[in-house]
Amino acid sequence: MAVTGGAMFLFVIGHMAGNLKVLFGPEAFNEHPKWLRSIGEGLLGHGGFVWIARVGLLLSLVLHMTAAIQLARRARTARPARYQHRRPVQGSYAARTMRWGGVIIALFLVYHLMDLTAGWLNPVGDLENPYGNVTADFRHWYVSLTYAVAIVTLGFHIRHGVWSALQTLGASNGARQRVLRGVALGVAVAICAGFLAVPFSVLTGLVK
Amino acid sequence: MRLTLRVWRQAGPDEDGRLVDYAVDDVSPDMSFLEMLDVLNERLVLDGEEPIAFDHDCREGICGMCGMMINGVAHGPERATTTCQLHMRHFSDGDVVVIEPWRARAFPVIRDLVVDRGAFDRIIEAGGYITAPTGSAPDAHAIPIPKPDADKAFEAAACIGCGACVAACPNGSGMLFTAAKATHLGLLPQGQPERHSRAVDMLATHDALDFGGCTNAGECAPACPKGIPLESIARLNRDVLRATVSGAHKPR
Ligand code: SF4
Ligand code: FES
Repeated sequence: MAVTGGAMFLFVIGHMAGNLKVLFGPEAFNEHPKWLRSIGEGLLGHGGFVWIARVGLLLSLVLHMTAAIQLARRARTARPARYQHRRPVQGSYAARTMRWGGVIIALFLVYHLMDLTAGWLNPVGDLENPYGNVTADFRHWYVSLTYAVAIVTLGFHIRHGVWSALQTLGASNGARQRVLRGVALGVAVAICAGFLAVPFSVLTGLVK
Repeated sequence: MRLTLRVWRQAGPDEDGRLVDYAVDDVSPDMSFLEMLDVLNERLVLDGEEPIAFDHDCREGICGMCGMMINGVAHGPERATTTCQLHMRHFSDGDVVVIEPWRARAFPVIRDLVVDRGAFDRIIEAGGYITAPTGSAPDAHAIPIPKPDADKAFEAAACIGCGACVAACPNGSGMLFTAAKATHLGLLPQGQPERHSRAVDMLATHDALDFGGCTNAGECAPACPKGIPLESIARLNRDVLRATVSGAHKPR
């Protein structure tokens, strides 16, 4: 969980940084995928890096989901009879919504790939002009809304995920625990803000 | 005070159980929760009914027997308090109080509110010991132990094995207990030789006993009557990880 989540977490940060290029206009944004494809060109060939990343991420995703399903099943086995009356005492909202949140994020991921990677569900769908696709997307309020819901869900997932991973990998201790929780929250908020900046700027006309 | 108790009644391990309502009048605010159950039981006996079976022993918060789910919270509403140390002044007149046993596959219900926590003993057997010959009590300072380590070990040693952590965990995981036991010995010099085998073996036993997997949901520590901190779990994880990465120990 911690390791595969960590790999995808790094990707999310890179993805967010790339997205923010939209604020610098069509050229900067459209250059970004070309630059990604050219990384390590000499060694890996054109687009080699992107494919390695895709395979790595897919593998992480599959393992992450497998582990999640195993944990959910173990939890079910561990408590065959439910409580008649149950009140969550302390657990954070983020911790309690990890499983359904993960499902929402996975569904959004499918849509997102069909929309902006394959172009099938995009109003423009011109793979040579990602800038045009993105701006066309977010002009529709329902696309922006779906996106916002998914990003906030992702934020919650990351908030508990980052902290939980540090705990699983044994990095946390009494003195550090508060700090680590703060870091997890800060990172989650920053990621939400970074991703939401794009639909926000399209809707407010900052990016045309 | 007048309370309505909604208590889980189950005649035996394989019987079906259900919640039964009991009205209890003149509950004194100075009674402990168990004393209130005693009063109700006396009445039930006089009425020729089966008294409610619940576990208890020390009634001073040190034996770990008295765990029960009170209004959906392990050991009831007071922080760091066992059921036997919980006083009725924390309830008010007219309250409905739902009382259930711990629910976990590893803790089967024996009767009413009594569960079998023997699974914890299996985890202890897997690593809750040291192999150094101990002999008679050594001189107090024969082995120097840094004060912070001694404090942490002592904090962990306060675990009374009550099972509230398992009962409160949404995953039914016993990690807090396992971590407390591993920490207690793993921080002291006498516990070093088995430090890594202890962590790996106890965790493997924990998993094999149908406890759930820990997702760091954080429900256990607030429910723990002895205030075992969540960081103990990170410490256990650290030892398990170190043992696994270095290949130092494989679970038996
Ligand atoms: S860790 Fe706390 S809740 Fe769990 S068994 Fe020990 S004393 Fe009880
Ligand atoms: S009866 Fe011993 S801890 Fe409550």
